[in-house]
Amino acid sequence: MTDGSILAFIAILPFLGALVPGVMIRAGRNACATFTAVPTLLALLLLLIQAPAVMRGEVLTTTIEWLPQLGLSASFFLDGLGLLFAGMILGVGLLITLYARFYLSSDDPMGQFYTYLLLFQGAMLGIVLSDNILLLLIFWELTSLSSFLLIGYWKHLPEGRQGARMALTVTGAGGLAMIGGMLILGNIVGSYNLTDILAQGDVIKASEWYLPALILILLGAFTKSAQFPFHFWLPHAMAAPTPVSAYLHSATMVKAGVFLMARMWPALAGTDAWFYIVATTGLITMVLGAVIALFKDDLKALLAFSTVSHLGLLTMLLGFGTKAAAIAAMFHIINHLTFKAALFMTAGIIDHETHTRDIKRLGGLAKLMPITATIGAITALSMAGLIPLNGFISKEMMLEETLHTTWYHNPWIVPVLATLGACFSVAYSFRFVFHVFGGKVRDDYPATPHDPPFGLYASPALLTILVVVIGLMPHLAEPLVKVAASAVTGAETKPYLKIWHGFNTALYMSALAFVVGIFLLYLHGGLARIWDRMPRPEAKAIFDAIMQASVSSARWLIAGTHNGVMSRYLAVFVSFTVVIGYHAYATGGAAPATREMLPVPPIVWIGWFGVLAATWLVVSQHHRRFRSLIYLSIIGLMISGGFVYLSAPDLALTQISVETVTILLLLLALYFLPKETPVESSAGKRWRDGAIAVAGGVAVAALAMAFLTRDVDTISAYHLANSYKGGGGTNVVNVILVDFRGYDTYGEIIVLGIAGLTIYALMDALLRGPAAKRLRDRAFSPDRSRDRHPLMMVVVTRAMLPIAMLVGVYIFLRGHNQPGGGFVAGLVISIAFLMQYMASGFAWTQMRQRMEYHTMIGWGVLIAGLTGVGAWLAGKPFLTSAYGYLHFPPIEEFEWATAIVFDLGVFLAVLGAVMLMLYSLSRIARFAGETVNVEPMDYDPSAEAEENDDAAGQPQTEGQ
Amino acid sequence: MEMIVASAIGVLTAGGIYLILRLRAFPVILGMAMLSYAVNVFLFATGRLAINAPPILNKYADVSYSDPLPQALVLTAIVISFGMTAVLVMIALGAYLEADSDAIDMDDDAVGTAADDKGQGA
Repeated sequence: MTDGSILAFIAILPFLGALVPGVMIRAGRNACATFTAVPTLLALLLLLIQAPAVMRGEVLTTTIEWLPQLGLSASFFLDGLGLLFAGMILGVGLLITLYARFYLSSDDPMGQFYTYLLLFQGAMLGIVLSDNILLLLIFWELTSLSSFLLIGYWKHLPEGRQGARMALTVTGAGGLAMIGGMLILGNIVGSYNLTDILAQGDVIKASEWYLPALILILLGAFTKSAQFPFHFWLPHAMAAPTPVSAYLHSATMVKAGVFLMARMWPALAGTDAWFYIVATTGLITMVLGAVIALFKDDLKALLAFSTVSHLGLLTMLLGFGTKAAAIAAMFHIINHLTFKAALFMTAGIIDHETHTRDIKRLGGLAKLMPITATIGAITALSMAGLIPLNGFISKEMMLEETLHTTWYHNPWIVPVLATLGACFSVAYSFRFVFHVFGGKVRDDYPATPHDPPFGLYASPALLTILVVVIGLMPHLAEPLVKVAASAVTGAETKPYLKIWHGFNTALYMSALAFVVGIFLLYLHGGLARIWDRMPRPEAKAIFDAIMQASVSSARWLIAGTHNGVMSRYLAVFVSFTVVIGYHAYATGGAAPATREMLPVPPIVWIGWFGVLAATWLVVSQHHRRFRSLIYLSIIGLMISGGFVYLSAPDLALTQISVETVTILLLLLALYFLPKETPVESSAGKRWRDGAIAVAGGVAVAALAMAFLTRDVDTISAYHLANSYKGGGGTNVVNVILVDFRGYDTYGEIIVLGIAGLTIYALMDALLRGPAAKRLRDRAFSPDRSRDRHPLMMVVVTRAMLPIAMLVGVYIFLRGHNQPGGGFVAGLVISIAFLMQYMASGFAWTQMRQRMEYHTMIGWGVLIAGLTGVGAWLAGKPFLTSAYGYLHFPPIEEFEWATAIVFDLGVFLAVLGAVMLMLYSLSRIARFAGETVNVEPMDYDPSAEAEENDDAAGQPQTEGQ
Repeated sequence: MEMIVASAIGVLTAGGIYLILRLRAFPVILGMAMLSYAVNVFLFATGRLAINAPPILNKYADVSYSDPLPQALVLTAIVISFGMTAVLVMIALGAYLEADSDAIDMDDDAVGTAADDKGQGA
């Protein structure tokens, strides 16, 4: 194991680089393409620097721990297989970047394209470098997402959008299945580290969970690699721009499934289940893809089905489970990459220059586009498996392997079917050559064909050179194939690649395929007519029908259960919770009660009775809204008393101040709401709701009783012991808030601030809509008081203001050692302001104080946050408080603690949020025609004038 | 004493549940407020009940303290439930002013028939 800390950087490079093209496009298309190439090139160079070590057989690893308890870590490793794939991803990525620069037209948003491309490249690299299967799964899903963006890149094309959706649905669903399979694997082995899993192959294969895990993982691999019966998405994904098809659908993404099967080989391969599932699927896909490819007239569709067929070939080889088959598979991966990517790019060039991809409209291009034709012909012949090109060698190796394979005691079925596939492969490859480049020059091309600029054919030309070089000198590829195959099989392999093995059975099979293939092409016209008349299942129709069925069943389910009647959801929710709770109670066992009950003095009985009576009154009188609010406040008061009695002075203070603010807020809101709730529910519904409510109440009471009578082992001893020593305060509740659990508190004040801002935003949006008109047209209720700002109240609150402020400051300052603190102080001060607002009107008061409540919330959160950051500067974790003592000679010793600064932030955030909420309500009042009084005390003469005008206009007093 | 607290929690819960099952926004808000009381007391009670033992450290005597942790958590919960009530009130108010009705149930047949009905229910 060698240190590979560079791997994490390689994996992250494309993601970092993805940010650049979107910006660089402003500097022009060349700059954009160049800056896309930079991170790719850099990653490739870094990879090549590591390559010699890997070729020596070393494995590079690196781990960045994140949540070791859950087995989550960013672990990467690089072995032969990873090197092969990473090299392909980055190398072809570079070629595609160059090709796409010339392929995309000036109307296409190129920056977007390159950003998606780099995202995809990063996701692919992540898959092949991950050493943690959970991390691998994340990258796996990222490839699905980024390929969705790439396939649907031409948003204006419906086929593009549909193809992208189909690809995402199929590969995404497979990915979900794979998550299940990987989690099972992790459970069997007890680790999510790929290296550990691969080392535990025997344990996995012996486990009873082996088969489910295998099937789920293979579902992921098969969907990704377009294996039968999931092959149908790949041809539809051809709606993507050709650089995407060349990159994703020949070189990289579709090979991810093959990669995964190769990667998991030591853990999963070698069983009968593996052989029959993987090899059979691969064989069927290989033959089926080759047959369909012959009958496609669209160049890209032909290549797509050919890719399906070749992916089937690779899958089949991996399914064989032998070392020789693994070597053949690794070699064919390289070969397929070279010729298929070049072919896709050729198809793209033809499409670009002639404006059609329909084979029936092409032909004779050899004379018009000689360079393109040379590239296309060489690579297509390699695809056909012709000597002396690289496709020939790996195809021979494949045929040789099939001869050693017995399928269910039958030694000839696999070689025969493989030869059949090879026949069709020859046929469609020759069709690509002869029907496109061969034949006479036509005069009805949609555009005048000519060879493209160098930039467009440079990439496929380079790949074509590789096709020929590997074909003639296969030993050059030997070292790479060796390390890759060794990594797959987990054992030393000795590939011996050469072009001529003498006259053997495989060669005869090839020759037969060649002859039959030529013959098939000769018969093509007649065969195509028969093919067209043959009834075939149309994959897209089936897929659409399945999607339609899922959508309508989901809709049916929603309409049945989630139809907008909130009281029904809540009734179902409460009943279900009670039933579940009862089930737990009936089936579980509880330890016997251990706590003595405390005695109940008479005063407590009074409080208890107060709660009961007030609850009953709220429930029974809830139609009269004002009254029920008053009863509600009684409950709050009783609970505050309860907190005092039960040794929670901080809670009592908070409860009583929150109570005040809440009731005031509700009263203000009620001014605009109907004052009565109409009786709408039938008696039956009320009884039903009552029954549900009583059941819920009894359940909660029983639960509370159960734990109250039993002892508990709490962590509070730690807090009590360290409150003074560590936090410098004697009020343990406050120290917990500002120190031990300061992060929680920090979150809470942010939530409160967001609530305040939400209300402000809500009102802002509301006052632009129809509600504003309704408010303006609204008549004041006839019974409103004419004495809006009574003299007595103004005088009293004026006198109270400094006292209330003083109390607030006092509560704030003593908070660390005695009951109090930022929360309570914020509430108390806001009540002090509230009294002014109530006495003299909001607008009048607002004009006399200059405080921005938004800013106040912001400062509060900022101050609290900065206090926490300050701890970092002292080298401590976020929000660790410091404290000390100051001594001023004549006075007593002073304590200082950074916690009080944090508490100041809490105070400001609470004050700002509460005031902002009230401010929002007052804005509604202003819209509704509330006037601003000039004097603090104010008598509204308008109503009197009305009264004089209309002597009969007696205010009515109903409805309160 | 435990009996008293448990039954009070139960009564508040029952009242809250009954009110949130009503058809208008205002009683639902009242119900949510009552459920908040119940939940806060419930959480506080998980620290078990103690009398005359506030968690304020006493330098001069060795006394027992009630469990401070649930108290700290409930303290923030009280303030947050106020924020939640306020948001609910404003949403109810907005819905009422927009639609001139404070009924909370959407029509039975509004959903599922047409997608453009979204957001119409008040």
